[in-house]
Amino acid sequence: MATKVIMPKLSPTMEEGQLSRWLKKEGDKVAMGEPLAEIDTDKATMEMQALANGVLRKILINEGQSAPLGQLIAIIGEANEDIASLLSEAPAAAPAQKEEAPKAAEPAPAPAEQPAPQTQAAAAGAAVNGRQTAPAAAAASGRLIVSPLAARMAAESGLDLRLVQGSGPGGRIIKKDIEAALSEPKAAPSAQRYPRAVEPARFQSAQIAAASAYRDEPATQIRQTIAKRLVTSLGPVPHFFLTTDIEMDRAAEMRRGINALDPDLKISINDIVIKVAAAALIQHPEVNASFQEKFVRYYEQADIGVAVAIEDGLITPVVRAADQKSLSQIAAEVRELAERARSKRLKPEEYTGATFSISNLGMLGIDEFTAVINPPEGAILAVGAMTPKPVVRENEIVVRQIMRVTMSCDHRVIDGATGAKFLQTFKKILENPLYLVV
Amino acid sequence: MSTITIREALNQAIREELARDESVFIMGEEVAAYDGAYKVTKGLLHEFGPKRVIDTPITELGFAGLGVGAAMAGLRPIVEFMTFNFSILATDQIVNSAAKMLYMSGGQFKIPIVFRGPGGSAYQVSSQHSQALESWYAYFPGLKVVMPSTPADAKGLLKSSIRDDDPVIFIEQERMYGIKGEVPDDPDFTIPLGVADVKREGTDVTIVARSLMVPVALKAAEELEKQDVSCEVIDPRTIRPLDIDTIVESVKKTNRVVLAEESHPMCGVNAEISMQIMERAFDYLDAPIKRVSGADVPMPYAKNLENLAVPDVNKIVAAVREVAYLD
Amino acid sequence: MSKQTAAPPSRAGAEEQSSTSVIDAPADVDRQQLARERDEAKERQKDRFTSLNNEQLIDLYRQMVLIRRFEEKSAEAYVAGKIGGFCHLYIGQEAVAVGAISAIRKDDYVFASYREHGHALAKGMSARSIMAELFGKATGCSKGKGGSMHMFDKDLGFLGGHAIVGGQIPLATGAAFASMYQGTDQVTLCFFGEAAVNQGAFHESLNMAQLWKIPCIYICENNQYGMGTSLERAMSLRDIAQKGCAYEVASEFVDGMDVLAVREAVMKAVERGRKESLPTLLEIRTYRFMGHSMSDPGNYRTRAEIEKYQERDPIKLFSASLLEQKIIDDKGLEEIDKKVREEVEDAFRFADESPLPDPEELYTDVYANPIDSSQNRNR
Repeated sequence: MATKVIMPKLSPTMEEGQLSRWLKKEGDKVAMGEPLAEIDTDKATMEMQALANGVLRKILINEGQSAPLGQLIAIIGEANEDIASLLSEAPAAAPAQKEEAPKAAEPAPAPAEQPAPQTQAAAAGAAVNGRQTAPAAAAASGRLIVSPLAARMAAESGLDLRLVQGSGPGGRIIKKDIEAALSEPKAAPSAQRYPRAVEPARFQSAQIAAASAYRDEPATQIRQTIAKRLVTSLGPVPHFFLTTDIEMDRAAEMRRGINALDPDLKISINDIVIKVAAAALIQHPEVNASFQEKFVRYYEQADIGVAVAIEDGLITPVVRAADQKSLSQIAAEVRELAERARSKRLKPEEYTGATFSISNLGMLGIDEFTAVINPPEGAILAVGAMTPKPVVRENEIVVRQIMRVTMSCDHRVIDGATGAKFLQTFKKILENPLYLVV
Repeated sequence: MSTITIREALNQAIREELARDESVFIMGEEVAAYDGAYKVTKGLLHEFGPKRVIDTPITELGFAGLGVGAAMAGLRPIVEFMTFNFSILATDQIVNSAAKMLYMSGGQFKIPIVFRGPGGSAYQVSSQHSQALESWYAYFPGLKVVMPSTPADAKGLLKSSIRDDDPVIFIEQERMYGIKGEVPDDPDFTIPLGVADVKREGTDVTIVARSLMVPVALKAAEELEKQDVSCEVIDPRTIRPLDIDTIVESVKKTNRVVLAEESHPMCGVNAEISMQIMERAFDYLDAPIKRVSGADVPMPYAKNLENLAVPDVNKIVAAVREVAYLD
Repeated sequence: MSKQTAAPPSRAGAEEQSSTSVIDAPADVDRQQLARERDEAKERQKDRFTSLNNEQLIDLYRQMVLIRRFEEKSAEAYVAGKIGGFCHLYIGQEAVAVGAISAIRKDDYVFASYREHGHALAKGMSARSIMAELFGKATGCSKGKGGSMHMFDKDLGFLGGHAIVGGQIPLATGAAFASMYQGTDQVTLCFFGEAAVNQGAFHESLNMAQLWKIPCIYICENNQYGMGTSLERAMSLRDIAQKGCAYEVASEFVDGMDVLAVREAVMKAVERGRKESLPTLLEIRTYRFMGHSMSDPGNYRTRAEIEKYQERDPIKLFSASLLEQKIIDDKGLEEIDKKVREEVEDAFRFADESPLPDPEELYTDVYANPIDSSQNRNR
């Protein structure tokens, strides 16, 4: 008799789980109570144990993929038992592929576009054009077809080619299409863009609405070795910590200035910290990343988790695309999210899938602390209190508002120097917030 | 300005240069007593005598080589091939002697010679008498290759070719001798080699055409104008050295290119132009470069087949519409 | 029945191989017959001594020795890897270039094939500039761009070594045509091997030359082999002088191992050229002692054949005559040989020490009038 393995409830608030890692592969023998997989919940990464004896016959969800509680994610049975009837219960959205890119010939159902470690350009540009007969083929191939001129124009104007409909043969995006796209009014004029290390077309969109798009790049051998060795030393997520002092006088002044302009805005220092962290993340995509065993996932936007203390613990609502939002938007959103967090009215997609988190205990008078990374995020920033301290400037002792931050980094994905460079940028912008607008 | 045919313009150019420089002479089959198989040399024997205007036996390798040797010793020969089809017999002397002499002598022996005559498609003379050979000659460093498309270009470029100190392959189009156009009367009128001419300005598509394809491209451009497509027609005039800058400038403006030629497509001049555009203006292309070439077959005799083998207005129009994404 | 030895595996040392890899048939050699022929040739040569003074005679000898020593040094340099590509030696044929070129003026033109080191020396080009060209050096007569097969000197009227068999024949006709056109009395000597006679270029040129009365002297150096193919295997009518008849070109057969015979025949041709503006075809029978090129073992010839011609070595023959006529003594000959060796050693050193062409030279001399389209556009 075959046994269904479903996404288990591993925390009180958990509504869906992300399969972090399978500890068994198809065909392996499993015994009851043996660890079968690691699941990322909203709180932590937990081991899921097998609840039956037999052979792991079928895996229905890939590593990195999420499933709501109760969804069939695997089947344990006898080696030659017919499991067809159980398989038919599996949602169509879960073709069981492991470590293997979807084959071009197999029509992959859209939501199941899975994180084979390769980048796929969205086929949005290949949308059907009235006169053309070929676009379907182009869309199926998944390639973005674009004339050299159109590609250059898009790059120069920062236009996301996935959003452009190609009118040329086979859905080719041509000059005319770019001109048309550029003449349309901007959808979100307030959206702020920072210089990118990776051009937009290489990201693929996330399953969670509004969550950051990402691109997966195979984890290099050295990266995998670093990960393996550090895990044996420090546990599943090998942390290391970077601390720096930040002079907050200008940031504080800016906050006072903005709030004086419009008292309704109520910008907090933490809002500024979020904004600056987001800006720095976009400049350091290697920190805005997550270790996924076989590959490293890089995110397109900065979705910042903000730790909020609640009655029975802590939750981290996510400010999506903080890099593209204004300070006032961020402030309003954080306020609103925190409120609903305290009243436990947050939806799972509102507190999962951040690309980076910030925990601020400054208001509780803590000068300095370290925070624990929320997997699979790559880092978390622990923010201490802002206090006046004597510092030496130009050979004189002066008083400055100093805030000490400590970033915890997942050493499997972020190295010391990488984290330090990010922190350098973060510090630079926070000490001179004018960088936010230049 | 007078309105004359390409034939008369070439005749004027040769006459003026014979009069200007005693070291210039013209030789070839039927150039003297017969007045030229295509009458380009009409009247020259009478005017300059048999020393300067020389009928040769049918001995292309021999008189081409003789011309190169005479150039080594200080003369400036004009060697007429009755048609360029016959130059094939003389290619050893053109390629191995004329093109390389300056180089392999370490700069000692320049070869100021013009090999000229009609080339390209003629009317119903079948495979051996109707072919375009410019890509052969354009292949060789040391040679210059010129192909005029108007009476003024024919005269100005031939005079420059005769005055040039390097071997020039000057290919006239057999079908075009009767084309008329305005030509300056000034005996010092020349057109420098290596400079393309914008035969028509436009903004949407660049058509690069030479020789016979220039009037065809211009007609196509007129037709396309009616369809609201503005074509720029560029005539390189000199195939080697190629004025690629003018072509690239145009491509940067129009972003689309059609290359027209009556020669075979394989290893053709347009294959080279296409590559150079790719190297120089890739990021300005909004459509793949489109070639319109002669059919990849020996030239047939039958009129209907011959018409199919040579690019016409319709083929160029269709190609332009394709790169402009209109069809 | 002759026995053929195996060809050597590499080109290195080919000139030594050529003496051992030839078809070995010593039984055919009638040494008395050879000596008789040599003595007859010497007798004939003596009769021609009167046309020249002692100084001129000795200089002819010196030039032949210079070519011989120069070519020996070239072979040495080739084997040592100092010279690349092809290297066609002139050893054995010296009397042709020296005799013929001694019959013309400095302003007359000379064209030759790819076996032209000797002609270049005879036309007055320095051993230094030729050796440096062989070495591919900037100081070579063609700036290192031509090499063994493309020696040129405009000032000395040496219009080139040309490497397509027969290619120089129309060119020489053209240069002679130019002299005629310009009304000078210059003549052009055009040297080529007998294999070039089968090319159309030869026939087309002779036809034009006689038709238009062009003062070109066609000198066919019949060394009896077109690379490895003997005349017998390549030509239906082997009497090359006769081919002039087809075009009514005056022609003559000449003994190419006798420098004075060559000179005499060319003198007559030059006079015909200068006075009547008419061409001449000379078939000059000669023999190359070495292979076709440095990479040729020469295994298509019999030892007897080579020995026969070595007995007729033009330098040996001429030195014997000079000694008999008491125009020079052994000491004088030694003196010449020593000077020539010094000259060749000096050329070798010069070539060896000369700089390679500047890399920028790669792109020079392609055009006499290079075109800058951007500048022309503004004209």
